[in-house]
Amino acid sequence: MFPKFSLRSMFHGAGGGNDIQWCFSQVKGAVDDDVAEADIISTVEFNHSGELLATGDKGGRVVIFQQEQENKIQSHSRGEYNVYSTFQSHEPEFDYLKSLEIEEKINKIRWLPQKNAAQFLLSTNDKTIKLWKISERDKRPEGYNLKEEDGRYRDPTTVTTLRVPVFRPMDLMVEASPRRIFANAHTYHINSISINSDYETYLSADDLRINLWHLEITDRSFNIVDIKPANMEELTEVITAAEFHPNSCNTFVYSSSKGTIRLCDMRASALCDRHSKLFEEPEDPSNRSFFSEIISSISDVKFSHSGRYMMTRDYLSVKIWDLNMENRPVETYQVHEYLRSKLCSLYENDCIFDKFECCWNGSDSVVMTGSYNNFFRMFDRNTKRDITLEASRENNKPRTVLKPRKVCASGKRKKDEISVDSLDFNKKILHTAWHPKENIIAVATTNNLYIFQDKVN
Amino acid sequence: MLSKGLKRKREEEEEKESLAVDALWLDPGHAAVAQAPPAAASSSLFDLSVLKLHHSLQQGEPDLRHLVLVVNTLRRIQASMAPTAALPPVPSPPAAPSMADNLLASSDAALSASMASLLEDLSHIEGLSQVPQPLADEGPPGRSIGGAAPSLGALDLLGPATGCLLDDGLEGLFEDIDTSMYDNELWAPASEGLKTGPEDGPGKEEAPELDEAELDYLMDVLVGTQALERPPGPGR
Repeated sequence: MFPKFSLRSMFHGAGGGNDIQWCFSQVKGAVDDDVAEADIISTVEFNHSGELLATGDKGGRVVIFQQEQENKIQSHSRGEYNVYSTFQSHEPEFDYLKSLEIEEKINKIRWLPQKNAAQFLLSTNDKTIKLWKISERDKRPEGYNLKEEDGRYRDPTTVTTLRVPVFRPMDLMVEASPRRIFANAHTYHINSISINSDYETYLSADDLRINLWHLEITDRSFNIVDIKPANMEELTEVITAAEFHPNSCNTFVYSSSKGTIRLCDMRASALCDRHSKLFEEPEDPSNRSFFSEIISSISDVKFSHSGRYMMTRDYLSVKIWDLNMENRPVETYQVHEYLRSKLCSLYENDCIFDKFECCWNGSDSVVMTGSYNNFFRMFDRNTKRDITLEASRENNKPRTVLKPRKVCASGKRKKDEISVDSLDFNKKILHTAWHPKENIIAVATTNNLYIFQDKVN
Repeated sequence: MLSKGLKRKREEEEEKESLAVDALWLDPGHAAVAQAPPAAASSSLFDLSVLKLHHSLQQGEPDLRHLVLVVNTLRRIQASMAPTAALPPVPSPPAAPSMADNLLASSDAALSASMASLLEDLSHIEGLSQVPQPLADEGPPGRSIGGAAPSLGALDLLGPATGCLLDDGLEGLFEDIDTSMYDNELWAPASEGLKTGPEDGPGKEEAPELDEAELDYLMDVLVGTQALERPPGPGR
């Protein structure tokens, strides 16, 4: 089950013909070490074509980057991502009934598939989901009869001739406008949103409930999962993530803090409290500790593009599940097993509660997830090889091939290795995204966004 | 449990710097933490967990996942400590998890109770929307009906009192009408689980429930009507 480490392949990145060499491409965000809290990146997401890359931050802002159209002459790199639009998605709010501030932090962004010239995305904070329309304007009408060019109204008596206003080109303006606001349906904190493959509905999940919405209707949502016990004293488990199946519009999954994943079929009943399938791996008795439950808590669940598999991330590992097999995952990859002996310290400083995300590449052959010290890991499912890379401004030159990293768990530390005790646990990579079609990845450190590409020869 | 405008702190770990942890735990050779832990180490972990629990509950809106995981871990520790009852290192360890349970429940119950009283005061004011919403380009301007659903528990506590402002006035108005058909519990406001907003929107999830007496009356009316309409049979 555990992939064999191949030191040779890890240090000589390009072993076989299929091995990817990752290169630094760009980094976005402030350079200084003093991180402004509002700039902390809280979500990263490519759109369906990969042309747009959205980030959300703790200050409630959304920044969208657009890939330049490839320059056919310059074939040694793919287009760069530049800022396309920035807007304030959520503002801090005050819940007057509970006397509490509602954070404006963007928890998730999900893109809708493009249907016309405009782009649409859903963004959510703890309580409210918003549908944003991002549209371009590159023409404006000129030649009004009753208005001057600067907008002042003309005195109608001065108009002696009439003309038809015409559209003239202008500098490109990208506008974001909120088209729908889906509010007041969640008592607890929203952790996930997922758009259905019917492109008409979507789900939103908080700690205890999952609601189904229609994109056109904001004053009504249907509750499809409710795990709130009648007596809150009996609460032992919360929902941690949820996602719709990519092809099957009646199927979705949700994961829990106890390490289980439930697959539900909305055709079975209106309230999907009874799952169709329950995915759970039995606990390894040799690894039992007080922290077993905490480290089994699933922080992210993602279906493969094919829809045949799903991937879950818990504190120490990434697991791939075949939807037809409930009793154990088909593949398990250890992200940072060297932390197992440090669980108590990580419990003390709350790092054990960090929620790492994970993602698939476009062909479902490689999976990626983040770790500490600004390291991130990739696992190739076919070759069973894995690699650890670092997002750091030290590798700043474009097209510099990233050097693989290695953490020394114990014993003698080799040159170029880093010992576990030297890891910086404040530098965590929680959010990563993979371009849907190409080998371009976006990796978020605390307040910077790194873009890496594979080396194009 | 209400705290006024308490903003969630990011740097929670700064408050725990001074907590002493046995060097034992930091030994990298120490694999799984507790198959059979020393009592002292177990109790320090217990203290740490109780501290975390308190800290979590002190927040205006605790992170439920964090809370649940800490409570469950506390239960595990407590369960493992129970056999070593010779010298309880911490004042009444068995009480703590139940205290945790109570705190968990009371945070929600206290919340519901305060919400209920607040809502009662607010019931005369139009709308129940908790937060002013920015204008959005939606079609029919709908009040967010969904907001009523999650807080239904609190709303239920309100009971019938708030909806009956015009009770006395109505009876006076309808004095000259034969109200015998309406003189039953079915129509009294008290029998319905009313929401106190001025609108009962189309999205209302709970229908007023009829009890047995009302059902019986309905059946009588229906049967009585049918008896009148039944055509005379042959030979009658």
